[in-house]
Amino acid sequence: MADKHHETPMLDELEKGPWPSFVSGIKRLRDQHENERIRGMANSLLGQLEHSYETRKGYWKGGTVSVYGYGGGIIPRFSEVGHAFPESKEFHTLRVQPPASNMYTTKILRQLADSWEKYGSGLQTFHGQTGNIMFIGTDTENTQHFFDEINSYGFDLGGAGPCVRTGMSCVGGARCEMSCCSEQVIHRKLLNNFTDDVHRPALPYKFKFKISGCPNDCQNAIERSDFAVIGTWRDEMQIDQDEVKNYVQTKGREYIIENVINRCPTNAICLNDDDTITVKDHECVRCMHCLNVMPKALHPGMDKGVTILIGGKRTLKIGDLMGTVVVPFMKLETEEDYDRLVELAEEVIDFWAENGLEHERCGEMIERIGLVNFLEGIGVDVDPNMVNHPRQVSYIRMDGWDEEAEKWYRRKLEEKHQAAG
Amino acid sequence: MATEMREPIESGCPDAFQYMHPVLRRNYRQWKWHDHPRPGVLRHVAYSGETVWTVKAGTQRILDVFTLRKLCDIGDQYADGYVHFTLRSNIEFMVTDEAKVEPLIKALEDAGFVVGGTANSVTMISHTQGWLHCDIPGTDASGVVKAMMDELVDEFRNCNMPNRVHITTSCCQINCGGQGDIAINVQHTKPPKINHDLVGNVCERPSVVARCPVAAIRPALVNGKPSLEVDEKKCICCGACFPPCPPMQINDAEHTKLSIWVGGNHSNARSKPTFHKLVASGIPNNPPRWPEATAIVKRILKAYKEGAKDWERINDWIERIGWPRFFEVTNLPFTKYHVDNWKGARNSLNASTHIRF
Ligand code: HEM
Ligand code: SF4
Ligand code: SF4
Ligand code: SF4
Ligand code: SF4
Repeated sequence: MADKHHETPMLDELEKGPWPSFVSGIKRLRDQHENERIRGMANSLLGQLEHSYETRKGYWKGGTVSVYGYGGGIIPRFSEVGHAFPESKEFHTLRVQPPASNMYTTKILRQLADSWEKYGSGLQTFHGQTGNIMFIGTDTENTQHFFDEINSYGFDLGGAGPCVRTGMSCVGGARCEMSCCSEQVIHRKLLNNFTDDVHRPALPYKFKFKISGCPNDCQNAIERSDFAVIGTWRDEMQIDQDEVKNYVQTKGREYIIENVINRCPTNAICLNDDDTITVKDHECVRCMHCLNVMPKALHPGMDKGVTILIGGKRTLKIGDLMGTVVVPFMKLETEEDYDRLVELAEEVIDFWAENGLEHERCGEMIERIGLVNFLEGIGVDVDPNMVNHPRQVSYIRMDGWDEEAEKWYRRKLEEKHQAAG
Repeated sequence: MATEMREPIESGCPDAFQYMHPVLRRNYRQWKWHDHPRPGVLRHVAYSGETVWTVKAGTQRILDVFTLRKLCDIGDQYADGYVHFTLRSNIEFMVTDEAKVEPLIKALEDAGFVVGGTANSVTMISHTQGWLHCDIPGTDASGVVKAMMDELVDEFRNCNMPNRVHITTSCCQINCGGQGDIAINVQHTKPPKINHDLVGNVCERPSVVARCPVAAIRPALVNGKPSLEVDEKKCICCGACFPPCPPMQINDAEHTKLSIWVGGNHSNARSKPTFHKLVASGIPNNPPRWPEATAIVKRILKAYKEGAKDWERINDWIERIGWPRFFEVTNLPFTKYHVDNWKGARNSLNASTHIRF
């Protein structure tokens, strides 16, 4: 190429300042890459982006591109101003599923970079907001070649369209003492049970799994996923009283009272006269605050498991929704436990696939039909942990009260028997 | 096609353990505690006694292969060839030898990356795609974030905030960027301009009609051809009709604005998770550096830093001081647009005499 660069006076402003500049990165591809195709693509891309900056408009439109055998996973991009910026006129993004919890060796990153350089623009993101590795910018033909190559060494596409989407899991057990479950294992068990639903969009709308190892919810699962799995525990918090005393000594009693004791949402924790701590475990809501402040002294209990919340989503169409507790606690240790988790996910997706309207997220469906109908649909019993408080409005027909009350007592009795072994 | 097509291997999500640093693998679910020796560095200690130092750095997120390889070189030289990316696209290197921490930090900083983003810092702004590669954006994403992080870099490098601050951006009202302690999102202010010539060709009209949250779209005949019309009195300018129907042109160089929202918090710590709330709007969409939006973000951060107690996230702080005081200390106007009228809005009204004077 004759190296005639598009002028980019506005983008050049984004090369200034201390934060690493993506514009400088694209320019490096334009100026220094040995491959002429990549240099040209970067030049064109910068030209179109500058045009967007000048006119305050976007110039990509969608279309249909997929790889052989799949219906989704590619975000097609065709330029509306391709005549002016021909070398990036097709600029599709491949959504590729990362290893659970975004762990990589530099070796595999280099391998991915080598493949992408062969077929794509040389631009990628770790990761998109849904959690995919986004390989940004290639044409229709190379979409297939790139996929074939990375698929042969263990990478697969994520979802796009009305389908199960790529999942996300926190670093959790790999490096975090708060972790109450095996995030990476849960992630793969769930996602890889639904590969068909990832690759062939046929659901009412998108469906996302996210896994956080504890209620700190670093993966934003409650707000951002249809199926949130959050680690928790149900026995006593583990307390190292010597470490508690250390904290009191180094930070001061007042600090501990102000920052730990007074901030507990349920007043479940108190500082004793001898500078030890007592937690009223039945009143503790596992909010994590005190553990976050004193990670050396306080640890999750031993009887670990997960809470499952269903139906989180963002604005479109009825407004943002948080997930709702559907399973307050579930053990996840044996194969059977994991099977039960996967079965639950299948029940939820099947019921929603049948009853959800087109373009209706699972949470919107629950909003429309009511939680009770949803629970009956997936075969889960009601539980007071599912509500902030019971009903406030008397306008409901309650002639099934006696049977329902009976069910509750029977269930409680069974639980007692089970607990007794 | 002449050549036979290759059948995909539906392997799904790859196993993480093969890519995990051996010290993480060895101590899987056996970590005991962590502390925070300095901004940008975490130390985790396992029950086995093994220790790992994590060094976190911010990047431009849209990585060119040169930058990616540079990160790999640093990883090979200092961190045994293993890395981890956080939810907000920060990169983390794990080392088992404390003596490597400082050289690693130096190598990262020398290469132009910024070490920080841990604990009570303002961490990397999570962002979406924008003009670079989305088909519906009202603004850019990478550019907004770059310009803003230039201004907030010291807050990334240090831990001077009462608690962590998660900022997000979104370049349309779909808001891929999600909830944030502070969220900077596109807000359209005029109904879509319909390109009637195109509607007939490209749009599945019933699905566009169904998409509108306020039923403002009707099928109509325009110049004898099937098209759509928008009841502009009803239209809330949300842009939801634009993705399924590109002729519903919602983006406008002048009337597409930015809004700022605060108090979105994903964590269950202390209070239950919260959605962010509108605090400022009508902010010009002003490339290449969006100074007006950044100025407001900095004002909010300053007030938060001065007013909040340790461990209070922005939502906790406002909960304590109350909204009237928030608008006072940030010197932002409170308008009729702050009063919710969407479903469930009455729950957001004050039905008490709880008023701070
Ligand atoms: C034409 C339309 C759209 C395009 C091109 C688009 C593109 C994207 C992309 C590229 C991502 C990041 C994906 C990744 O990590 O791989 C994303 C995330 C997201 N999108 Fe979209 N999107 C579109 C429509 C929508 C719609 C209609 C909604 C809303 C209902 C939506 C809601 C979201 C949300 C909430 C996320 C982030 C969610 C999360 O945290 O997982 N998007 N979108
Ligand atoms: S969600 Fe909990 S377990 Fe997972 S990384 Fe965050 S604090 Fe650790
Ligand atoms: S975890 Fe939260 S609710 Fe439980 S004792 Fe600690 S601060 Fe209180
Ligand atoms: S927020 Fe909207 S415009 Fe931005 S990337 Fe997401 S869908 Fe595209
Ligand atoms: S912008 Fe939103 S409210 Fe207006 S017509 Fe389109 S979908 Fe309906």
